[in-house]
This record gives sequence, structure tokens and C-alpha cells, in this order.
Amino acid sequence: MPVITYVQHDGAEHRVTLPVGVSLMQGAISNNVPGIDADCGGACACATCHVYVDPAWMGRVGERGAMEASMLDFAEGVRETSRLACQIKIADEHDGLIVRLPEAQH
Amino acid sequence: MADGSVHQSARDRAYSSTDRVGRCRDQRTSVRTTALAYFERLRAEDPVHYCANSVFGPYWSITRYNDIMAVDINHQVFSSEAALGGIAILDQGADLRLPMFIAMDPPKHDQQRKVVSPAVSPANLERLEPLIRERACAILDALPRGETFDWVDRVSIELTTQMLATLFDFPFEQRRKLTWWSDVGSCIPGPGQVVETEEQKLAELMECLVAFTELWNQRVNAPPTGDLISMLAHGEATRNMSPEEYLGNLILLIVGGNDTTRNSISGSLYALSKNPDQFAKLRANPELIPSMVSETIRWQTPLAHMRRTALEDIEFQGKTIRKGDKVVMWYVSGNRDDAVIDNPNAFIIDRERPRTHMSFGYGIHRCVGNRLAEMQLRVIWEEILKRFPVIEVMGEPDRVPSPFVKGYLNLPVRIPA
Repeated sequence: MPVITYVQHDGAEHRVTLPVGVSLMQGAISNNVPGIDADCGGACACATCHVYVDPAWMGRVGERGAMEASMLDFAEGVRETSRLACQIKIADEHDGLIVRLPEAQH
Repeated sequence: MADGSVHQSARDRAYSSTDRVGRCRDQRTSVRTTALAYFERLRAEDPVHYCANSVFGPYWSITRYNDIMAVDINHQVFSSEAALGGIAILDQGADLRLPMFIAMDPPKHDQQRKVVSPAVSPANLERLEPLIRERACAILDALPRGETFDWVDRVSIELTTQMLATLFDFPFEQRRKLTWWSDVGSCIPGPGQVVETEEQKLAELMECLVAFTELWNQRVNAPPTGDLISMLAHGEATRNMSPEEYLGNLILLIVGGNDTTRNSISGSLYALSKNPDQFAKLRANPELIPSMVSETIRWQTPLAHMRRTALEDIEFQGKTIRKGDKVVMWYVSGNRDDAVIDNPNAFIIDRERPRTHMSFGYGIHRCVGNRLAEMQLRVIWEEILKRFPVIEVMGEPDRVPSPFVKGYLNLPVRIPA
């Protein structure tokens, strides 16, 4: 199963093993990784699971969807590498994926 | 029942009624706990319900959590546009149709919202927190002991109005004008109301515009600062706004930044006093304050609904919603949907996922000031718990007579000497 690393804003790392098929957001919530609120529960409706994908991994997590792009449009501190964790579904090819969390979800 | 649960007699009435389901009988009737029984029945029997006749004209009621979310995020079909009626069950009158970004669709909504959102960014909130705390402390320290006073006036209004004056950099000693304009802005004119006629309402709002135009002129001729007026005056998407648009966005920020937080501050004390076991839990574990704040915002649902207008015919949960139909998303119902929230009528400050609620809405119109609201509630409760081992609620509050704003006109309380 893929191993994912969530890096907190203060640099603390959380390395978790996730089953294929769950979302990057669910993976954080079910492993008590702090820094992701996920208010809407994964419906791409609130932008409180904002993460920065490590640039080396950008080619392997797919593109932002239309709704995701409009939600990110209103999020705070958005960069090119910004994604909503609820919209990234974990696959085998994500083994080793690194994502960083923003200072706060907004 | 006063504690927010659904009383059996209300349930009996709701389930025996054949003609009143989902219908607000009066445009000045508040969404009381008795209404929760009607919503419970609608969720069970007809979750997407068409009401053909009402004082608001015909409209659809969306009552389940997941259906409400689906409508809220589908802004391509369900429009917020003011010219189509806007965002509340009562259509905006043509003469009082104030353009504001909450009642716009993309792309204009997006541009204008982005101008003001930095005011409530995490960095700005961090900067504001010490000031909010200082003011919260002063408000609490000045409260009388051993006598009954109005919590709404002395605490809820005072804290949120001071905050609003700070965000606008509005003359501090005149800050109660903001409360007044907030009440006027959200009121449906009528006998015994804040204002009695549309003309009166318009006159009051014009005064608001005059005062804020003066501030605009000051700010536009000065270098940009962090306050909201300066942001609007210098923002690319807002600096050429018409006076109506400026007034519309001001009223949005005044009502949005005032009413809702005010009623959640009052609601938190009311809910805790009705649930003494939860109050005791909070006193024993002040680290539960953020969770209690979210639970209050769910339980209170300070805005009972938002409204949209369908831009095209759409099949939705087995019903056909026609182009032009009015669609009301009852957040107050979604927040009590037991398909998504366990034991939803209970006030439980340490719920597993207290942030699962729809009081801020979802999608592109999701509340821009939600973190500021949560911070104000958190700070006031951190300071309350340090000071007052007992706050007694001395009687039932009067409710805001509105199907939109769900709040309290007063809340009599006493802090023992």
C-alpha cells in the first residue's frame, strides 16, 4: 500500500500508509493528521482540505477539476501546487507522495 | 421546546397537518423550534417540496443536508443574482435591490469577493486577535453583578459592533450606528418593525451611504490600509463601483459581520444554560471551546436559509424544478438531518466532527468571514470561563421576527454578586 507523507506547516512529518482508493483527505482524517479540517466531508464544497503537492509529484496527481478550481480560487495562500486533498484519490503510483499543509485552513 | 429539541406536541401538529407543511405563515414569523418538526417531516416524506402558495409566492424547500449541499455547489444552475430575486425567500423589491457580491454570480461575484477577503485572512486575524481579546475583556469586566441585564445588548452586540468598527476603521464612538444599519438592512419593513415602510428603510440606508461615502473619500485619497473601506476604495474590481453597489456590499459586510456572530454569541450562552451538563463539561475542559463554538453555530444556524433561482429546468431528486423557480435551501433543516449528523437535535459540545454543519453554506458563496466569527466566539468564551463561574439565564429571550435571520432580540441574564 502507498506510503504518503503529510508535512505540517511547522515542518513536522506524518508518514501514513493508505489503502488504494481513499482520498488524500480521508487518509489524513482517519490517521489523525492535524491541519486538515474537511468541513464538507469531501464534496469539494469548502476548500478546508487545502494542501501543497510536492513539485516533484505534480505530474502524478492529475489536474484540478472545474469545481475544485473555483473553490481554490477563494482559498488563502493558493499556489500552483495547491490542490484540495479530497479530490486526489490514492493509487499505487502515489507511493512516496509528499504534500505540505498551509498555515491554516480558511 | 426551549432547548432546541423537537417536542412531541410540535411533532404531532407537524405530522397531522396537511396544508401548512413547509409554509411560512407570515413573513415576520421567526423559524422557531416548532418549525423543526415540520422540517423533520419534510425530510422524511417530501425532502424536495413545492409550496404553491405562500406570502412569498411559490417556492421549493430543500430540506436534506446532502441535497442542500448539491444545490449550493451548483451555482451554474442555481443563481444568486439579485435581479432574479436574490438570496432570501422574500424577493428583493426592485427599488431596494442593492447589488452585493453575495447576490451575484461569477465572474463579478468572484472579483468583488476577492477584494474583501484579505480582511479576514489568517494573517489579518492573527493581527486582530489581541485587540479582540482586549475588547472582550473590557466588555466582560464592565458587566453588572447581582442584577439582571440584557446579554444581547451588553455583550453580543457590543463585541461584534466593536469588531465591525475596527474592520471598517469606522469612528469608534459612533459604532452603534453600525448595529442600527445592520438591523435596518436585514429587516422586512412593517408595523412594529425596526422600520415601518420601504421609504423609511431607504432613507436610513441613504444615511448609511452618506456616512460611508465620507469615509470612502478619506481613504481613496490616502495610501491603502488594511481596513475594508480602504480595500474597496483601492481594489481594482471595486474602486469604480456605483453608489448602489458600494451600499450593497457595505450592508452585506455589516449584516454578515454583525448579525450572525451576535446571534451565535447569544445562542451559545442560551444553549449552554439549557444544557447544564454540557456547560459543566465546558468548564471542566476549556479546551473544548473551539468544538463548542462549532456546535453552537450548527445548533443555532444563525441564517435559517439561503435562496437561489433556477436558471434552467432541472431534474432534482425526482422532481422537476423549472427555470425561474425559487429554491430555498433550509440550512436550519440540513443541520438537523440525522442521515448526516448523529442525534442532531441534541447540543453536544464534544461531538466527533463538530465542523460538519452547513451554517456557513457551501460552494463559492461559503461565508467569507467564518474564521473571524469562530475566533470572536472562541475569545469571548475563553475570557468568560476565566471570570464567571456562574451565569444564570433569567428568562426566555424574544426572537428576531424573520424567516431569514435566526436570532435573539434580548437574553436576560444575571451574574451573581
